[in-house]
Amino acid sequence: MNARARLWGAVAIVLAIIWAFPVYWIFNSAFQPVEALRSPNPSFLPDFSASGFGRVFDESFVDSLKLSLTVTLLAIVAAVLCGFVAAVAISRFRFRGRRSFIFTVLAIQMIPPEALFISQYKMLNDWGLLNSVVGLGLLYTALILPFTVWMLRGFVDGIPIDLEEAAMTDGCSRTRAFFTITFPLLAPGLVASSVYGFLQAWNEYTLAVVVMDPSNRTLPLWLKGLTDVSNEAVDWPAVMAGATLVAAPVIILFMIVQNRMTSGMVGGAVKG
Amino acid sequence: MSSTRLTRKAGPYALLVPAILVLVVGMAYPLGRQLVLSFHEFGRAQQFGQPAPWVGLDNYRELVTDRTMWTVIARSLAFCLVNASITMVVGTLVAVLMKRVATAPRLILQISMLLAWAMPVIAAMTAWQWLFDTRYGLVNWTLQKLGFNSFDGHNWLIDPLSFFFVASVIIIWMSVPFVAFTAYAALTQVSEETLEASHLDGATAIQRFRHIVYPTIKPVLTIVMLLQIVWDLRVFAQINFLQNVGGTPSETHLLGTYIYTLGIGQNDYGSASAMAMFVLVLTLALTFRYVRSLLKEEPR
Repeated sequence: MNARARLWGAVAIVLAIIWAFPVYWIFNSAFQPVEALRSPNPSFLPDFSASGFGRVFDESFVDSLKLSLTVTLLAIVAAVLCGFVAAVAISRFRFRGRRSFIFTVLAIQMIPPEALFISQYKMLNDWGLLNSVVGLGLLYTALILPFTVWMLRGFVDGIPIDLEEAAMTDGCSRTRAFFTITFPLLAPGLVASSVYGFLQAWNEYTLAVVVMDPSNRTLPLWLKGLTDVSNEAVDWPAVMAGATLVAAPVIILFMIVQNRMTSGMVGGAVKG
Repeated sequence: MSSTRLTRKAGPYALLVPAILVLVVGMAYPLGRQLVLSFHEFGRAQQFGQPAPWVGLDNYRELVTDRTMWTVIARSLAFCLVNASITMVVGTLVAVLMKRVATAPRLILQISMLLAWAMPVIAAMTAWQWLFDTRYGLVNWTLQKLGFNSFDGHNWLIDPLSFFFVASVIIIWMSVPFVAFTAYAALTQVSEETLEASHLDGATAIQRFRHIVYPTIKPVLTIVMLLQIVWDLRVFAQINFLQNVGGTPSETHLLGTYIYTLGIGQNDYGSASAMAMFVLVLTLALTFRYVRSLLKEEPR
C-alpha cells in the first residue's frame, strides 16, 4: 500500500468518524449520570451503570408510543391496500388515462407538506378531525401513498405475466390466477413498501405539529417536548435515551431496505 | 390474450378508485380549497363567522410587494441553493473517495453514512441541539479547549446568521449520505477499461474526469441536485425545531415556518394560502421535467 492510498484511507476514516459522531453522542449521553453531563468536562465513554432510560420510560412515553403505533399502522395498512390495487391496475392493464394517473401520482409526491398543511389543517378543523388519529392517519396515508404505488408497481412489473397466463389456460379465472400465482410472489414488495411507510409515518414531524395538540403527541413531538423546559432543567441523559428509543427501530429497518429505496428514488435517472 | 385485456374495461378503473379517493380527500380537495382561499381575505374575523370577501389577486400582490414576505422568499431560496450546492459538492467528493479507498475504510465510511442517513429527523435534531448547547455543549467545550475562550457559554442560535449556520450544518450532515451513495452507485457504472485505455493514451486525471467520468454520472447528479433543491425548500421540521430551542423566529423564518406562523399563528389564512400556492407552483415547476422523464418509458 503506498502513502497516497493510506492518506485517502485516513481521510475516509476521519469522515466516517465525523458522520457517525452525533449518533454515537446520543448513545453515549444516554448512558451517563445527570451530573456527568453538567460537569465542565464531557465524558466520552458510556457509563453503563447509569442511564436515562429508567426516567424516560414513563406514562407519557407509553401514550405517545401507542399513538404513533396506531397512526403509523393505520397509514401503512391503508396506503399498502390502496397502493397495491392501484399498482396492479397500472402494471397489468393498459387503459385510457393510465399515463395521466402515473404522472399525477409522481407529481403529487413532489409536493412538500409545507405547501398544503394550511388548508389540510382547515379541512380537518371543519370536519372535527383535528388532533385525532383518523385525521392524522388520513394525511399520512395520502403522504406515503404515491411512493407506495410507484414502488409496488415495480414489484408487480417484475413478475412475468406468463405465469398467470399459463394458469389461465389451465382454466383459472384471471382473478384466481393472480391471487394464487402472482400474489405470493409479491410478499417481499408488500413488506418493503410497508417498511417504507413505517419510516415515513414514524419519523413525521411537520404534519404532526400542525394537526396535533400538545396533549396528544406522536413520538417525535414527545421527544422534542423533553427539551421544552428551561435549559438548566433539561435531563439530557433522559432526552438522549428517548432519542435512542425513537431511532433504534428506524435504524434497524432502514439498514434492511436502504438499497431498494435508493434505487427506487433515482430509478428513472439510471435507466433514462 | 390482449383481447381479454381490452375487453375488461372497467376493471382497472375500479382498482384505482381507493387510491384516487385517498389522494382527492387528502391532497386535491385541500389544494382546491387553498386555491380558492388564496383569492379571499380570510383573517381572524372570518374565523369567527364573518363572510370572506373576494380580493382577487391582492394576496399574491402582497407576496411580491410586502417586505417581509419578499424577504422570507429570498432568504429561503438563498438557504436552499447554498445548502443544496454544498451537499452536492461534499456528497460527490465523498463518493469519489469511496471509489478510491480500499474495501475496509470504504465499508466503515459507508456504515457511518448509513447511520446518519437513517436517523429520524427529530432524534438527529435533539442530538445537534445537545452538541450546540450553550452551557454544556460539546462544540463550545471543544472550541474553548482549542483556545477560543469567547465560546464559553456562547449561544449559537440568537444571531440569525449563526442560526442558519447551525441549520446548514445539520441539514448538510443529514443530506450528504443520500448524494454520496447515489453518486457512488453512478461512479461504479463508469467503464474501467475506457479509463485505463485513456490513461495509457496519456490523458491526465482531470481530462479523464471531464471526458469519461463526468458524462457518465451527469444524468444521476442532475436529478439528485433537483431532488436536493426540492428537499431543501421543505425544511420546516429543522427550522421550527431550532426556533423553539432559541432562535428569533421573526428573523429566521423560511417559507414553511412563515406559512405556518401566518396561517395557524396569526389566522391570516388568505395570505398564508397565497404563499403556500407559491411554494407548490415553484416545486411543481422545478420537478415537472423530471417527472415527465420518468414517464418516458411508459407504454402508451
